Amino acid sequence: MFRRLLAVTTVFVLGTFSVASAAEPIKIGAILSATGPASFLGEPQRNTLLMLQDQINEQGGLLGRPLEVIIYDDETEVNRAVAAANRLLSRDRVVAAIGATTSGNTLAIMPRFSSARIPLVSMAAAERIVKPINPWVFKTPQSDRHAVLRILGHAQALGFSDIAILTVSDGFGQAGREVLQELLPEFGMNLVADEIYGPRDTDMTPQLTKIRGLSPDAIIVWGTNPGPAVIARNRVQLGIQTSMYMSHGVASKRFIELAGEAAEGLILPAGRLAVADQLPEGHPQKALLLEYIQAYEARFNAEVSTFGGYAFDALQLIVEAITKAGEATPQAIRDNLQQISGFIGTGGIFEMSPEDHNGLDEQAFVMVRITDGDWELLVE
Amino acid sequence: MKSSTLRQLAPVSAFYVLVLATPTLLSYDYYYLSILTMAGIIAIIVMGLNLLLGFAGQISLGHAALFGISAYTTAVMTATYGFPLAVGMLSGVGLTAVVALVVGMPVLKLKGYYLAMATLGFGLIVYIFFNEAIALTGGPSGFVGIPQLHFGGFTFDSELSYFFLVWTTVTVVLLISLNLIHSRIGRALMALHASDKAAQSMGINVARYKLFIFVLSAIFAGIAGVLYAHYLSFVAPSSFGFHFSVQLITMVVLGGMASLWGGIAGTVFLTAMPEFLRAYENMEVIIYGLILILCMMYLPQGMAGGVSKLVALVRRRLGRA
Amino acid sequence: MDLGTFLQFLAAGLTVGSTYGLAALGFTIIFNTTGIINFAQGEFVMLGGLLAVVFMHWLDPGLPAAVFLAVLTTTLVGLVMERLTIRPVQHTSVINLIIVTIGVSITIRGLMMLLWGKDTYVLPAFSGTTPIPILGATIAPQSFWILGITLLVLAGMRYFFSRTIFGRAMLACSFEPKAARLMGISVERMVMASFMLSAFVGAVGGAILTPLTMTSYDVGVLLGLKGFAACILGGLGNPFGAAAGGLLLGVLEAFGAGLISSAYKDAIAFVVILAILLWRPSGLFGAPDTERV
Repeated sequence: MFRRLLAVTTVFVLGTFSVASAAEPIKIGAILSATGPASFLGEPQRNTLLMLQDQINEQGGLLGRPLEVIIYDDETEVNRAVAAANRLLSRDRVVAAIGATTSGNTLAIMPRFSSARIPLVSMAAAERIVKPINPWVFKTPQSDRHAVLRILGHAQALGFSDIAILTVSDGFGQAGREVLQELLPEFGMNLVADEIYGPRDTDMTPQLTKIRGLSPDAIIVWGTNPGPAVIARNRVQLGIQTSMYMSHGVASKRFIELAGEAAEGLILPAGRLAVADQLPEGHPQKALLLEYIQAYEARFNAEVSTFGGYAFDALQLIVEAITKAGEATPQAIRDNLQQISGFIGTGGIFEMSPEDHNGLDEQAFVMVRITDGDWELLVE
Repeated sequence: MKSSTLRQLAPVSAFYVLVLATPTLLSYDYYYLSILTMAGIIAIIVMGLNLLLGFAGQISLGHAALFGISAYTTAVMTATYGFPLAVGMLSGVGLTAVVALVVGMPVLKLKGYYLAMATLGFGLIVYIFFNEAIALTGGPSGFVGIPQLHFGGFTFDSELSYFFLVWTTVTVVLLISLNLIHSRIGRALMALHASDKAAQSMGINVARYKLFIFVLSAIFAGIAGVLYAHYLSFVAPSSFGFHFSVQLITMVVLGGMASLWGGIAGTVFLTAMPEFLRAYENMEVIIYGLILILCMMYLPQGMAGGVSKLVALVRRRLGRA
Repeated sequence: MDLGTFLQFLAAGLTVGSTYGLAALGFTIIFNTTGIINFAQGEFVMLGGLLAVVFMHWLDPGLPAAVFLAVLTTTLVGLVMERLTIRPVQHTSVINLIIVTIGVSITIRGLMMLLWGKDTYVLPAFSGTTPIPILGATIAPQSFWILGITLLVLAGMRYFFSRTIFGRAMLACSFEPKAARLMGISVERMVMASFMLSAFVGAVGGAILTPLTMTSYDVGVLLGLKGFAACILGGLGNPFGAAAGGLLLGVLEAFGAGLISSAYKDAIAFVVILAILLWRPSGLFGAPDTERV
C-alpha cells in the first residue's frame, strides 16, 4: 500500500514538475516577523513583497520566468527563524533570500545561508550584520551609525555638548546605544546620563526626572513605538524644555498620532520616504518614492512605512542583480549584488562593493522636525 | 533494581530503533530533521520538568532561565575565552546545577503558586541579566559565533549528525529518568506529590528529595542548553524568557503529567505544530490556541492518557470481534 | 532627593501600580471561586483598552460610551470564556484548567490581532493633558483618574463582598465549596459570576490606562505577568492584598528606575518580591494556608 502511494505521489510530483518547467519560477525566499513583537515592522514588509511580486509578474517576470517570493513568518522568534531558514534552503531551494526583520534573527540565520552559499539580504539595522563582512550577507536599512552621525552633526551645529540618552532594552536600542556611546566623545560631547527603558514600559517619568536633574543640553531617545511616544508625552508632563532627538525608528505617521501634541518640535533623522512630497523636484529618489507610496496605499489601504521600504529595496536589489547577471544562480546573484552602484532605492542610493554590503552612507537620512502634526524637512 | 532496569530497556530500545529509522522514514528531509532536532533538545528539558512537576508535584517557571544559563556559559567559555568544547559544555551543565542548588534551597520551601512566582521571578532576573550584561552576553540582539561541536576528528556540522546526537541524548535521559521513577527515589517522590506531611511522617526527607529532583531537572535543562547553543551557534535572550517557561509547562501537561513518554510526545507535537500551520499565516496563532484548549479539555490525562484510552478501546473492540 | 522628585516617582509608581493592582484583583476573584490562576486576565485588560479604541473608530459614540461598551463587551467575553471552556470541564485538575486559560489567552490575542492589526493605539485623555503641578512634581490628569477609579473599584468590591448576598455567597464558595453547595448556593453560577467580575475589573483597568500608556493586541502578556506577581506579593486570595501588592510593585519599579538603575528596575522589583516571599511564604497579607495546588 505504502509503496503504491509513494509511486502515485512520485508520478504526480514529477508530472507537476515537468509542466511547470516550461517557465520554472525564480524562487526567492523571505523570512520576516509578520507576527509577534516586531510585527509592526514585518507586516509592511510582507505587504511590500507581495505587491512587488505581483507587479514584476504582471510585467512579464524576470528573464522570462515568473518570480515566486516564498514568505515565512518567524513570529519574532529565533527558533522559528532558523526553522524557516532550513525550510527555504533544503526544501524550497531558493536562489536568494530576504530577511530577517530583526537583527537578532538575522544574526541567527546568517551562518546557515553563508554555509549553503545562498545570498541573504537582511532588513535589520544592526551594524554587526555586515561588519565584519560576510561574503553572502547584505542589508538594506541605513545603519544606526549614519542616524547617529546626522543627529550629532545637528546637535553640534547648535553648540550642544552635554547629552543624555534614553534607549530601549531590545536589539534596536542596544545597537543605537553602542554607537552613541562610541561617537559622542568623537564629537567632543559628554554623555551625562545613559538611561534604559523596557520595550513595554508605560511610564518613563522616573528616567526623565533623573535626566532633568542633570540638566543636559539635549536628550536622544532610541526606540520604536510605543516607547518613544510615551517618552514624548512624559517630557511634556514634566515640563522639560530641553531639545529632544528621536531615532529613525519612529519615522512613521503612527508615532505622531500616538504622541499627539507632545510630538511637536521633536527632531529626528528619517529616510526620504517620510518626506517624499517635500523633496525638491528632480531629486533622484522622488519619483520612485511617490510611486511606491501611491501603489502601497492604494492596495493595502494602510499608511506606508519606512520598514516596508527595507523590503522593497531588498527585493529590487536582488531583481537588479539577477537582471544584470542574466541568470538566477546564487553565485551570480551574490557577485552582481556587490557590484551594484548608483541604484536608487527607497532608503537611499546604494553603492555596493565587496567591502560594503550596505551601500548607504549618512546622506541616506534627512533631518526632519515634527511641526503641526507633520514632518518638516530641515534644510541643511 | 536490576530487573527494573531490564524492564525499561525493552521499550527504550524500541524507541531508539524508531529514532534510528526516522531519517529514512522522512526520506532525509533536512527541514523535518531540523524541527525534530529542536524538539529533541526541548524534550530533554521537558523530561526533567516532568519528573519535577508530574512526579514530585513541584512547579518551576524558571527552567527557561536554567536552559539559558547553560547555553550562555558554554557560548562564553568556548567563543569568548577559547576554552575547549568539553570544558565549555561541562561548565555549562555544572554552573546550571550549582545555580539550581543555590536557588532551590530557599525557594523550594514555598508551595504551589508561591513557588511558581518565585521561580518565575528568578527566571525574569536571569533574563534581564542576559539582556543587560552586554559585554558578556552580547545583549538583546544575541551572541554570535559559537563553535560547532566536534569530538575527536568528527564534526557535527550536518543536520543528520546533530539529529542523531540529540536524540541519542534524549534516549539516554529517558532511560535514566524511567529507572529513577521505578526506583526507591521514584516511590518517595510520588509520596511527596500526594502529601508533604504524609511523606515526612513516613521518614522521607522531603526537602532533600525536592532539592535533588530540582537539581536533576536543572542538569537536564543544562544538557539541553549546551546542545542548543552549539546547534544554532547563536543564542539570544528572547529564547529564554517567561514565554518559553510557560511553553515548557504546557508541553508537560499536554503530554501527560506523570508520563515521560507523554512528555516527549507533547514536546514534538507542540514544536512541530506551528510549522504545519504556516500555511494559515495570521490565523496560525488562533488555530494553535484553539487546539491547545480542545486538547486540554478533552484529554484530561494529556496525550499519554489519550493514547492509553485509545489502546483500551481498541483492545475491547478486538476482544469483541 | 527633594520632595518634588520623590512625589514624581511616587506618582509614576502609583499610576502604573494601579493597573497591576486591578489585574491582580481579577486574578484573585477567579482564584477564590475556582482555585485557578487565569492566564487570560492580561487579555481582559488588553480588551478593555483596545476595544474602546475599536468602538471609538467604528461607532464614534464619544469616549465615555466607547469605554462603557468596551467594558461591557469584555465582561461578556468573561462569561463566554467560562461557559465554553471552563464549565464543560469543571471537574478536571487545576493545572489542566490553567493550561486551558493559556489557550484562551493565545486565542483572544490572535483574534484581536486579526481583527484590529498589530499597531499601537491610544485613547484621548479623559480630561485633557495639561499637567497638574503639586509640590514641585507635575502629574498628568489621567493619573488622578486612574488612582480614583482604582480606589472606587476597590471600595465597590469591598461593599459587594461584605454587604451583598451575592458577594457573600461568592466568598462562601471560596472558603468551602461543599458547604456552600449545601447551603443552596449554586457554585456554577458563582464561578460564572467570578469570570464576569474579573473581566469587568480588568477591562476597567485597561480602559483607564490606555489614554496614558497606549495599547496594542499584545500588551496583555506583561500586564498579566505583573498582575500575577502583585497578587502573589499581596497574598493569594486576599483582594486588598492584591491591590496593595500592585501598588507596591509599581512603586518599587519607579523608585528602582529613578534611584538605582533603569536597566535593572524590573530585576530590582523581583529581587524584593523574592525576598518578601522567603520572609513571608504566603505573601504580605495572605493567610498561611490558602495554598490549593
